Amino acid sequence: MVAFILRRLIQSLFVMFFVALVSFSMFRFVGDPVHQMVGIETSLEEREALRERLGLKDPVVIQFGHYIARAAVGEFGLSYQHQRPVSDMLLERMPATLELALVSAIFSLLVGVPMGVYTGLNRDGFFSKVFLSLSLVGISLPTFLIGILLIFIFSVQLNWLPSFGRGGVIDLGWWTTGFLTLDGWRSLIMPSITLGLFQLTLIMRLVRSEMLEVLRTDYIKFARARGLTNHAVHFGHALKNTLVPVITITGLQLGSIIAFAIITETVFQWPGMGQMFLQAVTTVDIPIMAAYLMLIAFFFVVINLIVDMLYYVVDPRLRVDTGKASGHG
Amino acid sequence: MPLLEVENLVVEFPTRRGTLTAVNDISLHIDEGEVLGVVGESGAGKSMTGAAIIGLLEPPGRVASGRILLEGERLDNLPYEKMRRIRGKRIGAIFQDPLTSLNPLYSVGYQLVETIQTHTDMTPTQARARAIELLTEVGIPAPERRVDQYPHQFSGGMRQRVVIALALCVNPRLIIADEPTTALDVSIQAQIIALLKRLCRDHGTAVMLVTHDMGVIAETADRVAVMYAGRIAEIGPVREVIKNAKHPYTHGLMGSIPSIGHDNERLEQIPGAMPRLTDIPVGCAFNPRCPHAFDKCRTVRPDLLPVEDSWTACWLYDGEAGRTIEASKTLVAATKADALLERNHG
Repeated sequence: MVAFILRRLIQSLFVMFFVALVSFSMFRFVGDPVHQMVGIETSLEEREALRERLGLKDPVVIQFGHYIARAAVGEFGLSYQHQRPVSDMLLERMPATLELALVSAIFSLLVGVPMGVYTGLNRDGFFSKVFLSLSLVGISLPTFLIGILLIFIFSVQLNWLPSFGRGGVIDLGWWTTGFLTLDGWRSLIMPSITLGLFQLTLIMRLVRSEMLEVLRTDYIKFARARGLTNHAVHFGHALKNTLVPVITITGLQLGSIIAFAIITETVFQWPGMGQMFLQAVTTVDIPIMAAYLMLIAFFFVVINLIVDMLYYVVDPRLRVDTGKASGHG
Repeated sequence: MPLLEVENLVVEFPTRRGTLTAVNDISLHIDEGEVLGVVGESGAGKSMTGAAIIGLLEPPGRVASGRILLEGERLDNLPYEKMRRIRGKRIGAIFQDPLTSLNPLYSVGYQLVETIQTHTDMTPTQARARAIELLTEVGIPAPERRVDQYPHQFSGGMRQRVVIALALCVNPRLIIADEPTTALDVSIQAQIIALLKRLCRDHGTAVMLVTHDMGVIAETADRVAVMYAGRIAEIGPVREVIKNAKHPYTHGLMGSIPSIGHDNERLEQIPGAMPRLTDIPVGCAFNPRCPHAFDKCRTVRPDLLPVEDSWTACWLYDGEAGRTIEASKTLVAATKADALLERNHG
């Protein structure tokens, strides 16, 4: 187990190294940074001095080394547009995105898994057919359309929920949270439904097909033959066997929820990292884009590491160091 | 009163192309502590009969008519929840493949304790003690350690022992063993059969042993039912059926068993194949493959008739036709039968 985690950590470092390479190369391919930092009246000598000071005259490898060294301690330079440290800006925006991602992931799991189990157990039931048809809608409608529809119905027509922003936010010093106020929760509802709907339908369909698969297996038949209650057979034996693929997909999806909250954040004017990234793209603010890239890659790596460790918890067959099959007869 | 009675059982599968009859009007009984072997080719309906008895026919399969009685109580029309309480407690089951019968995500002990606690009022500690006791009984070494291990840490034979422990854990009166050794190495098969036989004798548990292996039946069973195309062709005491087979199909089955010490003997095979459920011939289902078939076999379906000590569904024994199966064939079968029966304790 320890050896496995170490191995995965080393792999993760490699992944981060290559992402850093990509994000570093953004600076080099999108023109001369000095041009964007100085005015027209800056003399050539001053420009040269600035280049010297920024380390742009060093060989590329050395520059890359400096970049990685700074990135490792969370330093990504100054934003071109705002002239503030990028890491500070990201940290300010991160709570909004992470809270939104967390709530929508939990929402999609809490609704998606039971719906998947239900439709798996009652394949031909009326509600199963209703759920399955609705899930088609969830999969095929684009996120921004769902968001706008929700705003139209619940904010414009019914006036129940706020149409933009995070609502009441409480500042905990290093973290701002919307979880502690009613207003904050009300503001979370529509964005997290919008963001989680696709994941919900995906999880539901996945759980359903896995359930159908598992219910056909011999050990389910044998569990029934032992007279176990339906509850024990369905939830103890069948559902647990569907968990490995569900954990995999949920992990991957959590990563993409964080990364692709951009659209939802734009629709709901959600003050998160996605919105900031979009603004950075329009103003060619390379340090923000590069740092965002690194941060998202970091989230993916961490989530995958957690997913791999969860496999160990769920499936004893992966715990190879606890013994092998022995003794014929 | 017999422990289990099956009366005129019919199992049907409604399909788009009409209703298939997998088990067609069979009757049998099993006494307390008795081992009934049910033998036949794949698709003869033997597993279906077992599944019908424990109430686990896969939909759309259903018991279309007939009755199943356990200790005089009707099982075939019980609601699911009532039947569930009987499964595992009064009728245990063992399936073919021990590699897939156990849930890979739970330890062996968990699955035993879960089953014990479903059917009894034992506390978790008592149930665990009972689980270890059961593992000892089925011959698993170091049960205190093994009880916390997972199925993948056991070999095939060991897993089948665990499955037997699971089937026996609350002392059911009857066990349906559906091809319990088919998936195992030949060297392990004999051990598992011996274990099953010993345990059932010790606990007075009756067994319905479903298999296509005549050798296993000869070694283990008290009585045998030979099934063909959803019907019983012959049923009677194991010695009588094996040494003195009546039905031409039983003869064919006996002829197809390889035996040690008859090196140059060419194995006989029954010509043709068992008919599919969609086109079972009129009359006796075996008539197209039967070397002794005559007109009546092709038109009228035979029912079980008493012949000597067993019952057989064959017109050859219907009075006037008389016995026409050649003596020589019976002789070959008889020497084989002796070898097979040697290991049956009697």
